[in-house]
Amino acid sequence: MSSNAALTDLIIKMADDELVLGHRNSEWTGLGPVMEEDIAFSSMAQDKIGHAWALYRILHENLGGEDPDRFAFMRPESAFKCAHLVEMPNGGYDFSLIRHFLFDHAETVRYESLQDSSFEPFQLLSKKVKGELKYHTLHANAFIIQLSKASEEGYARMQTALNDTIALAAGIFEPSAAHEEELIAEKVYPGEKALYHRWLDRIYPVLVKASLNLPDMETITPVYGGRQGFHTTHLAPLLKEMGEVFNLDTEASW
Amino acid sequence: MSATISQEEVYHALEQVMDPEIPVLSVIDLGMITGVDITEGQPVLIRMIPTFAACPAVSYIKDNIRTVVEKALGIAVTVEIDKHVHWESNRMTAAAKEKLKNFGIAPPPVLEGDVRPEIMLNTPCPHCGSEHTYLRSPFGSTLCRAIHYCKSCGQVFEQFKPLE
Repeated sequence: MSSNAALTDLIIKMADDELVLGHRNSEWTGLGPVMEEDIAFSSMAQDKIGHAWALYRILHENLGGEDPDRFAFMRPESAFKCAHLVEMPNGGYDFSLIRHFLFDHAETVRYESLQDSSFEPFQLLSKKVKGELKYHTLHANAFIIQLSKASEEGYARMQTALNDTIALAAGIFEPSAAHEEELIAEKVYPGEKALYHRWLDRIYPVLVKASLNLPDMETITPVYGGRQGFHTTHLAPLLKEMGEVFNLDTEASW
Repeated sequence: MSATISQEEVYHALEQVMDPEIPVLSVIDLGMITGVDITEGQPVLIRMIPTFAACPAVSYIKDNIRTVVEKALGIAVTVEIDKHVHWESNRMTAAAKEKLKNFGIAPPPVLEGDVRPEIMLNTPCPHCGSEHTYLRSPFGSTLCRAIHYCKSCGQVFEQFKPLE
């Protein structure tokens, strides 16, 4: 069995990605371009925060971590390990959709791999999450293809958003200098490099259907740092807003 | 006292616990109950699972199970989330699917293997029965629902999503 430190590090990265992107998705509530999209991003927000909560609960119950709510809302920014991709403000719908597409496929290959994890709580959670994610990727694929084929402007905007986002998305797969080898050796998960390649295999056919060009990944420098606690200027205000109600009275019972 | 209670009585009482989002379906209809343990001298233990991981109604349903069964049978009850079983739409009974349809929500098809996008197409309309329908969005008013449109009767309808 893998050490608690290595497992904890991996769980915090996964959970913080889910929590922060869940919050970003929820910012579309009431603002979506059409009613169905408003509902879609709101539902995906709810799913993501549910996944974050399930992971924080594993930390709490299996690895001696703090209470999930306190852990989510009371940590300083530097203790967060989310990727820069999820911190970025929503911007336009083009960026939000491309981020959703790139992130949710990454999340899918990660949870699929955890079905074979040596860490039992991962096996149990992955079965549940994997089914739910089908609907996220179904939604993302449909919109990427439809918008890219809709008009010249739609195509140009999707391609530009993809070009601008791909390095951030590649940053999801930043390996841990301290724990990566151990997690792979102990068969907790196959490692970031393997997941990165599975992710490319998953997004490529959809991009082809949408006639979008995947930038040459050899020339891309993945945006790392989030996993080590270095964040963009966008994270601190997000955390402040997200924890605002909780921090009014941290002992309140809901 | 609890030792005199049978499994059947507990399951029977559970049929009165309705889902807050779909009030025609009980927790039994939905397949949310995974086990009942009766041990002498201890509260009856009922194990349950949520449909979706982030279902906001879980603690409400949990409390409901406890109060309804305690009241119906006059016994102490503990309700626990069962982490070893995950909910899939095939757990829903055939009778439940019929009730769902009569309530105006299309039931999930029986799943053989994984969910594929194709199974979301041509979902029979719960209002007119036509299969001349299309998926408008895989997300609806609650996490477990999708939105479809019926080209025959011109109505938007919801479906309880298949989940693997």
